[in-house]
Amino acid sequence: MNELTIDAKPENLDAVQDFVAEKLKSANCPIELQMQIAVAVEEIFVNIAYYAYSSKVGSVTIRMTTENSVVIEFEDNGKSYNPLEEKDPDITASAKNREVGGLGIFIIKKTMDTVEYQRIGNKNILTIRKNFPQLYT
Amino acid sequence: MVITKTQNENKLVLAISGRLDTITAPQFQEELFLAFNEARQVELDFANVLYISSAGLRVLLLGEKKAMEKNRSMNIINASESIKSIFEMTGFVKILKIV
Repeated sequence: MNELTIDAKPENLDAVQDFVAEKLKSANCPIELQMQIAVAVEEIFVNIAYYAYSSKVGSVTIRMTTENSVVIEFEDNGKSYNPLEEKDPDITASAKNREVGGLGIFIIKKTMDTVEYQRIGNKNILTIRKNFPQLYT
Repeated sequence: MVITKTQNENKLVLAISGRLDTITAPQFQEELFLAFNEARQVELDFANVLYISSAGLRVLLLGEKKAMEKNRSMNIINASESIKSIFEMTGFVKILKIV
């Protein structure tokens, strides 16, 4: 288990991405998956950075394993928030009527194999899992 | 992210190189909106865009809305397969002009 605890500030995004990318590389994660996972990591981390702690700065703990599948868990002590309850954007709307926003969690739901939210005590825990493709079937 | 601008008759080409993420999206938005003041046709060369998140997609949607409002056009060229798959997944293939 690899773990990183960092201030939930948007400017720490690159440090978070470096932490995740390094683990994915050493696990020989396919490049296409690396990008999908990086996008999911950005969406979740930035959401926590902007909204979890209102104007205060809190922290995020990121735990990651890469055996057979990539599992990344994000834990914060901010206000209770389940992003999976957000309604999906209308992706059939015209450019004029299309609402700006709401795409982050939608992309995660589309690209990851599972996304789970738990509220445990005063913690939000969001866990994403992406299975490695079966290379030898 | 680096944006290189090239004026080509009445078309302005913005070649974007690097990542379109939360950190770089504000600069991308500023350059894109400026471009609509400088040319009727704006072309975004995505050949060297390696990554796009919802923050980058948001700017593209705002750009398309701005283009319509100001009677401008915005095209995207040379997007990679992985970027195109994100446009596909989010319905952006229907609202952007992807060449």
